[in-house]
Amino acid sequence: MSAQDPRDQLVEHLPAMRAFAISLTRNGAIADDMVQDTLVKAWTNIDKFEVGTNMRAWLFTILRNTYYSSRRKANREVADVDGIFTESLAEKPAHDGHMQMTDFRKALSALKDEQREALLLVGASGFSYEEAADMCGVAVGTIKSRTNRARARIAELMGLRDDETLEMTDDATMSVISSSKVSSF
Amino acid sequence: MHSGQNKERERFIDENLRRVYEETVDEGIPDKFAELLNKLKEQEKENGASK
Repeated sequence: MSAQDPRDQLVEHLPAMRAFAISLTRNGAIADDMVQDTLVKAWTNIDKFEVGTNMRAWLFTILRNTYYSSRRKANREVADVDGIFTESLAEKPAHDGHMQMTDFRKALSALKDEQREALLLVGASGFSYEEAADMCGVAVGTIKSRTNRARARIAELMGLRDDETLEMTDDATMSVISSSKVSSF
Repeated sequence: MHSGQNKERERFIDENLRRVYEETVDEGIPDKFAELLNKLKEQEKENGASK
């Protein structure tokens, strides 16, 4: 064994693996089981890890394979999640921070697995499109379109229109305009 | 034409994503993970010793 055992680095990646697993599965218990399985697989297959390459990408690849193979086995895919969440989402986004996060989580959960995964890898885990494509075994263009579709769907579910962000500016502008009107009188 | 607005939307979504992630990361790692790693290390020591 070399002086630097790559297995010593496994622990550093645990928080990111767990965050990805929880967001992917939407279930803390399943996520923790998955991360534990991944740890055991990584530990026993460490000889397959090429030192000098991105360990996090390697671990995430094992993690997502674990997820998809267990999902296939259990066939526990929830039907019509979209319908349930679409119904429960408010028409208009709440500007209150907590409400907004709740709606965001719901929208994220309502995405198709492939779309949520792409968005999590690129948008939250800090992987490049190329790295995410390697991990998922698809073309870079596929990851890009999945990410774009994921964002568009979240915006749709949260009732974010294209001009939504301008609304608050408009209010601010309006108050400036109205106050300037007042002062000019 | 919509690229500016989409950028704004993208920023909003990614900000929320990071917040969801950070909440989990801030929770820390449950003890069972450290226990698992220790178990794996010990198993290996035993195997190594028996060889």
